[in-house]
Amino acid sequence: MAEKIKNKTVFFNPFSKDNPVVVQILGICSALAVTAKLEPAIVMGMSVIAVLAFSNVIISLLRNTIPTGIRIIVQLVVVAGLVIIVNQLLLAFAYDVAMQLSVFIGLIITNCILMGRLEAFAMANRPWPSFLDGVGNGIGYTIILVIVAFFRELLGSGTLLGMQVVPDSFYAAGYENNGLMILPPMALIIVGCIIWVHRSINKDIQE
Amino acid sequence: MNKQSNTYTVIYIIVLVVVVGAALAFASMSLRERQIDNANADKMKQILKSVRIPIDDKNVGRQFAEHITAMLVVDTEGNVVKEGGADDMEIFNIDVAAQAREEASKRELPVYVCRLDNGAVKYILPMSGSGLWGAIWGYVALDSDGSTVYGAYFSHASETPGLGAEIANPKFQEEFIGKQFFKDGRFMPVTVVKSGQHPADGSDYVDGISGGTITSKGVGAMIDNCLRPYDAYLQSLDK
Repeated sequence: MAEKIKNKTVFFNPFSKDNPVVVQILGICSALAVTAKLEPAIVMGMSVIAVLAFSNVIISLLRNTIPTGIRIIVQLVVVAGLVIIVNQLLLAFAYDVAMQLSVFIGLIITNCILMGRLEAFAMANRPWPSFLDGVGNGIGYTIILVIVAFFRELLGSGTLLGMQVVPDSFYAAGYENNGLMILPPMALIIVGCIIWVHRSINKDIQE
Repeated sequence: MNKQSNTYTVIYIIVLVVVVGAALAFASMSLRERQIDNANADKMKQILKSVRIPIDDKNVGRQFAEHITAMLVVDTEGNVVKEGGADDMEIFNIDVAAQAREEASKRELPVYVCRLDNGAVKYILPMSGSGLWGAIWGYVALDSDGSTVYGAYFSHASETPGLGAEIANPKFQEEFIGKQFFKDGRFMPVTVVKSGQHPADGSDYVDGISGGTITSKGVGAMIDNCLRPYDAYLQSLDK
């Protein structure tokens, strides 16, 4: 029973209380790079969920054999190998998705959430909780990415998922898309606003 | 066994690297054929998009064979050096990116001749260049007069979403339709300029993407670099 409750917190905590982006402040760089539009943000989120879950499981399986001195290198080799294999499979079986992802392959490997979770969780836990931790953190990361991308695309391009949502009459009345929204600094400002809102709701994680 | 010893560490990392290396090599070898097929199908799709043919994802190969009547290689003097059908992989596989870096007179210049369902003949010319972060490429389809743009397609490897990546947006590509590559018999490639500006020499132009200046300039430079060598060939088409 206790095991079950623990697994549940491992899975659900990263959604809000222990969110990788707004609480652990991991993966900010990719949150900045891929959130100008909603679609790449979702694709990036999905791929991080997959890679994070499986690299967590692999490292968790290996955890008792890895020599401490080279553990980071081992983690890196596993993550990089996994990402490249996934990309190869996509190129063979889902070419369009692979083309969309091509920009992100490098970003996934260097995403600090991956190394962060491998170090902090997978090295010390069994495969199943590690898998849940990976999926949970991946979802937590995706949630923030989607929120940021939603505002950036809506206010920056007047579209959502590439479809125009701001009516033409707005533009006729003098409304203009905010060009600043598409530029990277706005991603940080929005992430900052999310952290602000999040901390005012969850008083217990205020420092 | 002492897991912190140097021997264990060295053996561990060697085994790990060999295993991961083998897995990568195996994945790459066993999937190569499918990947090449996919890449070719994708290229066909892009070529067909430049002539505004609605793509049927499952039958791209057949659509390509139906519409592309010939593939040519021409030189800068306008001579046809090589000629082949839609299945001539040698011409199809010419690496446009590598050719674009060569001196114009040394290039192999592919032309894809396309016949639309209504019988009209279009000439599709491939292009390759660089944007802000990486490669950009595209195809321009010209009417049988060798001057009027019938359609254009651009794509990119890693331009910024929302800014430079907008060159892949059909809205940007549609702006090229109807533009002329020849003015009074002189070759004047369509240029990409900042909105509100006009090219000084009077050539046709489209508005660049605001915020995507370097990518827009890259598109302009790519059109100039890749299509100028076709000057003589395009002149030789009947006007």
